[in-house]
Amino acid sequence: MDSKKQMSRVNRQTWHFSQDVRLQASAVAVGPKEGEGPLAALFDKIHEDMYAGQQTWEDAERQLMEDAVTTVLRKAGITDQDVDAILAGDLLNQNITTNFAAEKLAIPLLGMYGACSTSMLTLSNAAALVNAGYANKVIAACSSHNATAERQYRYPTEYGGQKPPTAQWTVTGAGAGLVGIGGSGPRITYATIGKVVDMGIKDPFDMGSAMAPAAVSTLQAHFRDTGRSPQTYDLIVTGDLASVGYPIVKELMRQDGYNMEPMYNDCGLMVFRPDQDVFAGASGCASSAVVTYSHIMDQLQKGLLQKALVCATGALLSPVSYQQGNSIPCIAHAVALEGGA
Amino acid sequence: MEYVIAFVVGGLVCVVGQLMMDVGRLTPAHVMSTLVVAGVVLDFVGVYDKFIDFAGAGATVPITSFGHSLYHGAIGEAEKHGLIGVVTGIFEVTSPGISAAIAFGFLASLVFKPKG
Repeated sequence: MDSKKQMSRVNRQTWHFSQDVRLQASAVAVGPKEGEGPLAALFDKIHEDMYAGQQTWEDAERQLMEDAVTTVLRKAGITDQDVDAILAGDLLNQNITTNFAAEKLAIPLLGMYGACSTSMLTLSNAAALVNAGYANKVIAACSSHNATAERQYRYPTEYGGQKPPTAQWTVTGAGAGLVGIGGSGPRITYATIGKVVDMGIKDPFDMGSAMAPAAVSTLQAHFRDTGRSPQTYDLIVTGDLASVGYPIVKELMRQDGYNMEPMYNDCGLMVFRPDQDVFAGASGCASSAVVTYSHIMDQLQKGLLQKALVCATGALLSPVSYQQGNSIPCIAHAVALEGGA
Repeated sequence: MEYVIAFVVGGLVCVVGQLMMDVGRLTPAHVMSTLVVAGVVLDFVGVYDKFIDFAGAGATVPITSFGHSLYHGAIGEAEKHGLIGVVTGIFEVTSPGISAAIAFGFLASLVFKPKG
């Protein structure tokens, strides 16, 4: 028993999954703007309007999460009864999207909040539960919606407030991944959990700069703990740093002796085309989720990628903390996905 | 020429607001309140009426003129009714604008649904 513990705990921040833990299936549901982006062909469900057939945007976000989860069940050929737990989170107060969606789905829930790092927070914990034997199959899911996030963190969109070019566009979408032992799909080998990093940035319209140091902290911890280097991976992505935070990570990593060329990219730069008027790029829980659970999953399954590291970044501010003049605490969690062909 | 002056001056007031947002990093609400208070102060020192004579709509359309109206209303009524007039005067001169905003906002909300 002791040896198994040693095999799973690599270091304080990094876990190794000693069992054959795999991302067996994944699914993505998105809104209309994402459906016009470069990854559209890989998305499982594209809603034609922001309301996703519902009365409010909050209801629409729930619909997106339900779509992602029901689709992943269908793709895996299983029912909700086969899933032991769902680990999920979103950006709204009290994780309300998750709570309502999980009620409908009737799968035991562990609600998790990590702001936009929730995608990898839930995936790493899902892998840990499965690896330790507490569950056979676990779904990791998260969602965000552009209009609900604007209302939650900034101004209601009807207010029409201006945004500076460093602002980002919250992805309307949800992603879900099914984690289990064996079968097909990429192996989940390592997870590195982040420490909160706060560099004193207070501008909620410049999340990229705020979150970049958190991504650097987690990436370096991952490489230190595993003895790996950026060159181990064919693809390393951060969650939603976009065109402001992406070069900062590259530069900070270079200063510490890590060459991130050419495998490093950012999900915030992959969801939309530059001409889609998204300011610096994409953000939100769904930014890393829709890229990981569509594009990266697809590439790993086709053998076009062998090893990928997803480092989802989250800005852990609340509207009240920001209004009271606090800075933005940030975090990043990384998960390594390998093989799967 | 009147139009040109109104256009340029009104635009310059907007430039000030834009600079407050982009350079000063103020929120839209802070920018709006600051400009309203600036209108009050400019009227208090006796500049705003001359500004209107010079720029016309360039001075009356931007939000600063709301401060100018508030000040005029408050002072005018205060002279007639004392302290209580400060409160009633503010509402007297600004109520058409505010009522119109509420009424048209309500009508628009009946017809349109926000797209996101």
